[in-house]
Amino acid sequence: MTFDRPGWLGLLATAPHDRLLALAAVAEATADHHILRAPEIGTVMLRGRTGGTGAPFNLGEMTVTRASVLLASGPVGHGHIQGRNHQAALAVALIDALMQTPRAPALTARILTPLASERDARRDSRASRAAATKVDFFTLLRGDD
Amino acid sequence: MPDTLLGGFTDAPRDSAHAFRTMMEAMARPGRIVTLTGAAAPAPVSPAAATVLLTLCDPDTPLWLAPSHDSPALRAWLAFHTGAPFAEPEDCRFALGTWPALHPVDRFAIGTPEYPDRSATLVVEQTTLLNEGPALSGPGIRGIARLNLPETHAFQRNAALFPLGFDCIFTSGSRLAALPRTTRIA
Repeated sequence: MTFDRPGWLGLLATAPHDRLLALAAVAEATADHHILRAPEIGTVMLRGRTGGTGAPFNLGEMTVTRASVLLASGPVGHGHIQGRNHQAALAVALIDALMQTPRAPALTARILTPLASERDARRDSRASRAAATKVDFFTLLRGDD
Repeated sequence: MPDTLLGGFTDAPRDSAHAFRTMMEAMARPGRIVTLTGAAAPAPVSPAAATVLLTLCDPDTPLWLAPSHDSPALRAWLAFHTGAPFAEPEDCRFALGTWPALHPVDRFAIGTPEYPDRSATLVVEQTTLLNEGPALSGPGIRGIARLNLPETHAFQRNAALFPLGFDCIFTSGSRLAALPRTTRIA
């Protein structure tokens, strides 16, 4: 599996915190770094589009935690995650920074690929549960004409 | 390039609260020189000016960088740490530069009679900041205070606009003094 930067940041942002931290620990996703922005909690407005015209509307606010790090070797990493978890935000920032270094293939294999397949499995299982309840409406030819 | 992003507050809530309190003290006592540190922006911005911008600027406060201070490194630093949008002098709420680079100062917002607070605050970088020079008087000053203003005429004209007018913060190294529009300059 290959990921671009929006791809891996999106994947890490929505990953379960425990799983993310466990994988990051196993893959030793850390290096010498300065913290540019210590983890901080805030909210972002989620916007959606629905309906015939597709006009955007504000769905609601969501809690996020963000952090930024600077590796001693140069790259800057930014981490945003959903929910409140300082450690996870810092871990994502570190992974983002390390993905800009030669360690990217190793991290892709040990963190991103497992997370992506788990996410796809969750999505599929949810979709199949929903699909089981799908009702096909059809109209019989009415007999009175 | 990326190391230009260093120099933010180490403990943002506390550092910005202390900085705000210090700036408020300076604004309330025009001419008094206070010490302000905490942030380090790319050169040539002084630590005091960097701390002012980090504390006061946010995505709702357009900022103008005068030619003396405008640089890609500083823009990147401010975008990362404050999120303040960059604007032209006429639309800005904060402006940063040396006094000659900020001229002509009559283009900055001075507020409206209904909303005199919709005015610009100029962060003026100086090489020195001393309690000597023109005599200042007005609210917050017992008797007179003195400050080495870069000139007097523009500030006298600004004070005459009260309740409209811009406010100034002078910075030099880690020292800071303020000159609100209420202060009269002899």
